[in-house]
Amino acid sequence: MIHVTHLQRLEAEAIHIMREVASEAENPVMLYSVGKDSSVMLHLAKKAFFPSVPPFPLMHVDTTWKFRAMYAFRDRMAAESGMDLIVHINQEGLDQGIGPFSHGSSVHTDVMKTQGLKQALDKYKFDVAFGGARRDEEKSRAKERIFSFRNAAHRWDPKNQRPELWKIYNTRKARGESIRAFPLSNWTELDIWQYIYRENIPIPDLYFAAERAVVRRDGMLLMVDDDRYPLAPGEAAETRSVRFRTLGCWPLTGAVESTAATLPEIIQEMLLTTTSERQGRAIDHDSSASMEKKKQEGYF
Amino acid sequence: MAHNNEMIADDIIGYLHAHENKSLLRFITCGSVDDGKSTLIGRLLFESKLIFEDQLAALEADSRKVGTQGDRIDFALLVDGLAAEREQGITIDVAYRFFSTEKRKFIVADTPGHEQYTRNMATGASTADLAVVMIDARKGVLTQTRRHSFIVSMLGVKHVVLCINKMDLMGYAQHVYNEIDEDYRAFAGLLGIADFTTIPVSALEGDNITEHSDRMPWYNGPTLLEHLETVDVETDDQLKPFRMPVQWVNRPNLDFRGFSGQIASGVTRPGDRIKVLPSGKESRIDRIVTHDGDLELAVAGQSVTLTLADEVDVSRGDVIAAADAPCEVADQFEAHILWMSASDMLPGRPYIMKIGARTVSCTPASPKYKINVNTLEELAAKKLGLNEIGVCNISLDREIAFDAYNLNHDTGGFILIDRLTNETVGMGLLNFALRRSSNIHRQAMVIDKVARAAQKNQKPAILWFTGLSGSGKSAIADIVGQKLHALNRHTATLDGDNVRHGLNRDLGFTDVDRVENIRRIAEVSKLMVDAGLIVLTSFISPFRAERQMARSIVEDGEFIEIFVDTPLDVAESRDVKGLYKKARAGEIKNFTGISSPYEEPRAAEIHVDTTKASVEQSASRIVAWLDERRYLG
Repeated sequence: MIHVTHLQRLEAEAIHIMREVASEAENPVMLYSVGKDSSVMLHLAKKAFFPSVPPFPLMHVDTTWKFRAMYAFRDRMAAESGMDLIVHINQEGLDQGIGPFSHGSSVHTDVMKTQGLKQALDKYKFDVAFGGARRDEEKSRAKERIFSFRNAAHRWDPKNQRPELWKIYNTRKARGESIRAFPLSNWTELDIWQYIYRENIPIPDLYFAAERAVVRRDGMLLMVDDDRYPLAPGEAAETRSVRFRTLGCWPLTGAVESTAATLPEIIQEMLLTTTSERQGRAIDHDSSASMEKKKQEGYF
Repeated sequence: MAHNNEMIADDIIGYLHAHENKSLLRFITCGSVDDGKSTLIGRLLFESKLIFEDQLAALEADSRKVGTQGDRIDFALLVDGLAAEREQGITIDVAYRFFSTEKRKFIVADTPGHEQYTRNMATGASTADLAVVMIDARKGVLTQTRRHSFIVSMLGVKHVVLCINKMDLMGYAQHVYNEIDEDYRAFAGLLGIADFTTIPVSALEGDNITEHSDRMPWYNGPTLLEHLETVDVETDDQLKPFRMPVQWVNRPNLDFRGFSGQIASGVTRPGDRIKVLPSGKESRIDRIVTHDGDLELAVAGQSVTLTLADEVDVSRGDVIAAADAPCEVADQFEAHILWMSASDMLPGRPYIMKIGARTVSCTPASPKYKINVNTLEELAAKKLGLNEIGVCNISLDREIAFDAYNLNHDTGGFILIDRLTNETVGMGLLNFALRRSSNIHRQAMVIDKVARAAQKNQKPAILWFTGLSGSGKSAIADIVGQKLHALNRHTATLDGDNVRHGLNRDLGFTDVDRVENIRRIAEVSKLMVDAGLIVLTSFISPFRAERQMARSIVEDGEFIEIFVDTPLDVAESRDVKGLYKKARAGEIKNFTGISSPYEEPRAAEIHVDTTKASVEQSASRIVAWLDERRYLG
């Protein structure tokens, strides 16, 4: 008997899901957000279709506020994969000068990310979009299907989800409807890290501890990534050894003080840490915007 | 803690290597809240997962605020409270939860246990390696235990753990354990559950969950977690004959042609002889291609790409199988079906069926019986409703490769999809192929449809008039018939009067009977088309699915749908037969337009608007349409 490990089973399942989408979707796309989950998804896509190049493009919905290191990493990964990279920016939002400092995290995320995503899906007429969401991330995700339907207005209806039996996925949809496919549904954060370690998957340097210029504000350590940071009177950037557990828009993503500079050290820190992953994200603390509400409105 | 914090701190690399080789166990918990299911899952999560400090603080606060355990932690709160789920309106659902220990990663499918959630339990069970059946020690084997066990056995979950909970409330008495174990053994035998493990626990007190209980020294078996960590879930699949449904043909360039899929069962090596089904063509495995390099051996559960030694035609949905133990091929089966939709399963209606990577059309016959999931009684049934399980013959529009479900879940389990709503409406398990399909040899006749049509100097077809009662279908069909007769064309007419009083006099007006009515009319029409005739049928035929079915059984161009479009108020005001009046008075049930729906055609070949054209004008238009398209020679 050959022993099949938990990571091999998760990998085989994710590949199976990706191949179903490639076979049944008319115009699929892989959403690429440059974070560690996207890195794993891209790696799995290469494996699923080898020796072919994955038969769909990557798409980054750019809020224009990502860390500079993320943009560089994104372009390098796309070039190495041989896949097309589509970058979509909500031009209307940009024209209105929407940003996290001027408009707050809620408005910024809604306009630049949620509305931007809808625009992009409509513009390119993508019918299935891969996302890297995991069921262990948040309570409302625990019940979301691997193939999750969105109506023509991109809304999710949690009361009306199709049962998913065995590994057979019903991908049929009416015109205008679209599907979000989540090949990492059954992975946990530890699985993601362990897989990155085992497969030696590249991830942005921001995950590793380094001396960085940060400002402490509202209990969060924010990195001063470019000259758009409006320093308050008396505020000054200080250099500390920090890293990021999740990557998003830099003004909304808190750093943690850390000296973990290698993957094993990161995993060690994660396993011994005392707070859960999403605490570093300003967006979840915004009380008016629970994840479930956001999802119904079309946030990924 | 199941995670070794000291090892994480001192030797993280060693820890990572140890954890890389963990296996995965997927299991389902069957039981209701009263059995302590939430407490059990909550405790497993708590004892084995790393609970973060912020989560623990929230749990302690919640326990004090809304918990039922005084100052103690209420583990059930780790699992979504039912009240909260009800507020969200997604109670009828499966939630997946994750935890891991040093030896294994676990995925728990947490489903509600009540009868109205049978489909949700079946969904959770479909991907489970193991089922934990919860029993309240105070109550013993109950009706719901039988229901849960039946679903578990029907879906072929290989490993069953009987978890006798609340032993603390029965004084941890051994006789309680023995009696329930014996009761269940008798019942499990009936269901064909060959092997199960009985564990006495108290989820609340933590007895025999992760630690052996001092309070039950008479119990020498494993704790629940020990059992979950060690039960063997891999061996069976690898010992079965090789099967791989082809998901995707991998063709990066002209020199490479591979077939990608996830191995459903067995093992394969380069050089193995294989058979591609349903075509039956044979070849050998040339390479097992992966991104990490070619493999010498691939086993059940792995997603791989195979290349073959010969140029064999293989496409998505085919199954690559061991040549010396191939799947069977057939197009008619007996199957168990669990219906999952609020709209009934209607015998005779064609549904889309997905099995493995193959999509076909599937028409169920009337159920042979349905099964009372509480008593296992077999009951007569004409249709299947939401959450009902029945045994039916089904007929497909083409042959597929398959195994009986009890031999192979991946090649024997299927879903049914409604053609119009695209909903997943049912799940099914293939029991066996009906031999009928291979016994009825279609005799090739010298005088065939073409010969008969040539003799009559016409192109045979069905003119399918559909519309509300009183819309004028029969009147228009009658005039069309007269005109064609005058042109020396050969016709036959089927309408309510000559069919309902004869061939279909056993049928009423329920949805089930309406579907069967149309199925028979479609089949008779097809025979008449074979005879070379132009057939005029005028039936309300309110459902799109049945009109589609009639269209699908004849050749392209032989089915001409004529929508006799009369608004309801107009038809009702005409009320030639006085039927609308009776229907409005409640004297006729299931009357189309009043108490039963009419689904308008979306793409009829001919659309007749009776508010704008007379019967005579409409009939002339239809004859002209036929003439232009050379149906009249």
